[in-house]
Parts: sequence; C-alpha cells; structure tokens
Amino acid sequence: MSDIFSLFVTFFKVGLFTFGGGYAMLPIIEHEIVNKKGWITSEELLQYFSLSQCTPGVIAVNTATFVGTKKHGFLGAVATTLGVVTPSIIIISIFASVLKRLDDLPAIAHAFAGIRPAVAALIVVSCIKIFKSSVKSPSQILVCILSFVLVAVFKLSPIIVVIIASVYGLLFFRKSGAKQ
Amino acid sequence: MNDILLMCFEFFKTGLFSIGGGLATVPFLFDMSKNHPNWFSSSELADMIAVSESTPGPIGVNMATFAGFKIAGIGGAILATLSLVLPAFTIIFIISKFLSKYSDSKYVTAVFSGLRPAVAGLIATAAYSVFQISVFTDTLSSFKDILPNLQIGNFIIFAVILIALQFKKLKKLHPIIFIFIAAALGVAFKL
Repeated sequence: MSDIFSLFVTFFKVGLFTFGGGYAMLPIIEHEIVNKKGWITSEELLQYFSLSQCTPGVIAVNTATFVGTKKHGFLGAVATTLGVVTPSIIIISIFASVLKRLDDLPAIAHAFAGIRPAVAALIVVSCIKIFKSSVKSPSQILVCILSFVLVAVFKLSPIIVVIIASVYGLLFFRKSGAKQ
Repeated sequence: MNDILLMCFEFFKTGLFSIGGGLATVPFLFDMSKNHPNWFSSSELADMIAVSESTPGPIGVNMATFAGFKIAGIGGAILATLSLVLPAFTIIFIISKFLSKYSDSKYVTAVFSGLRPAVAGLIATAAYSVFQISVFTDTLSSFKDILPNLQIGNFIIFAVILIALQFKKLKKLHPIIFIFIAAALGVAFKL
C-alpha cells in the first residue's frame, strides 16, 4: 500500500512541476523516477516517452500510466495517472472560480484581449515546430494542407480527419517503407 | 444528468483521437464549442489556452479540467479530466504487455507517418481560430470584411510576438513571459 501511495505522491509532484507538458516534463520525471527512486532506467523512460507520443491522449499522463503499470500493475497505473492529473484539477479549479468572480473587472477583459493574439502567435510557433518534425515528403505536405482545409474551411470534424489520415498512412506508407 | 454523460462522452472522444500531446486537444475542443455552444464559447476557449499554458500541469489536462469546470463546476472538472485520460489508460494497460512489438511494428510506424502531418494541420486550424477571435471584431464571411474588422492593436501584439519567437534566444523563454507581456499591453492600451 505504501508503494502505491509513493507512486501517487511522486507523480503528483511531476504534475505540479510540469509547465506546458510534453518535453518539459521529461527532465522532471528523470530526476524523480530515475535518479531519486531508481524505479526505471533512463532507457526505459525514453522508450515509455516515445511510446506515449504514439498513443492517444496527453503525453505526460501516458508516461505516468506506463511507469505505474510497470511498477505495480493496474493499481500502480491508477495511482500514477491520478497523481499526475490531481494538481491540474486543484489549480485550474481555483483559477477558474477566481476568474469567474473577476469577470466584470474591465482590466481582466483588457488583459485577455491582449493575451489572445499572443496565444495565437504561440500556437503558430508550435505548429511550425510540429510541421518541421513530422512533414518530410510531398505527400505528407498534402496530408497536412488537406487536414487544415477540411477542418477550417469545410468544417469537417477533426475525428474524421484523424481516422482518414491513419488509414491513409497504413495503406500508403507501409508500402513505401517496404521499398526502402 | 444527461448533459454530464454527454460531456464525459465528448471528452472520452477527445482523449481517444487527440494524438501528439501539447495542443493536440485544442482542435477537438474548438469542435466541441461549435457543437455545444452553451458549454463554452470559442473565445472562452482562447482564454483557457492562455491559462493552461501559464499554470502547472500538462496543457491537455489543464484544458479538459478548465472546460469541465465551465460546464459543471468542480465535479465537471474531475469527470472531464478522468474521461479524457480513460482511453489512453486502457490502451496503455493493454500494450504494456507487448511493448517492443508495438514500437517496432511497421503498421504503427506507417499509421503515424500519415497521422503526424494531419495533426500539424489540425493544430494550424486551432491557430487560425484563435487568430480570428483575437484580431478581428467579428467573424469573417468574406475578404472585404478583413480591413474594417481588423483590430490594429491586437494584430500588432500577434505580429510582434510571432517575430520575436523566430529568434533562438527568445524562443527558449517560457510562454508565460509572453502571455504576461501581452496581458500588460492589453491593460495599458485598453484593448
């Protein structure tokens, strides 16, 4: 039981100290789980991390679920997964209820009016980053542009785009992979 | 009660189809705001992104918690987050039994060769939505609407931060810094 509790507490810390998610949490997990606890090796962590990117959902949570499963099966997975999301639930709920009360303040409205274009710029930048790392062939450029057009112009559900792109990848890139 | 169940189902779907982490959930949440306008609006969603990037915790989880809170308070926050992580939890529990087979599978590699570029396109749609919300007073229906609806001050913030982020040194700064600067400019110029 204390094992399970310690898994929860450790991943609570990971959730608390992760800012932004994804790659930001890798050094924190490495410090807590590999160096301090010695629960898994660096190689295992990297394997879990790359698997987490190929699994649906949030990368930080997926990594937590992998480590929990490896350490303590189902209960371990429950402990790490709940641990990593609990700080968000607490902090965001406090933030959301405070914001609700401050909603009438004109200063808050002005602040968010200024923040929104900044958020747009930040999303553009992370989009360029993903584009550079994942789009390597002309057919992939086409997939990227089509996905954008189908959702932004033709209002198709992103779920349909994800399904079509997966099937397309399975049919087309399996062959091109075999040729190489 | 039905609304809560529907919300759980929507976040379950989001968790199942959003792949690649970070902002991957955002296009699905925009879709949700279109289908359920009484839950949260797309401009509220833009504010949630700012808060999620400026508070601890993975962005995807923060977004789900925030959206769930908007829909049904603290209970909504908890249920939305659990629904979001449930699909991945189940999948990981299954694949952890044959890990190496999964990661070396040529089928998995092939699927992701098609999927990753699509995710880049989906995140571009999120950028486009937030850009429209933040820089124009009204939703655009044709090209001639662009100039009269353009809010110059907001557009300048967008352009300056986008240009600043092309410099390597500034790129390394935490997004929260840009969010705070933009907030200060918004208050100072009463945007």
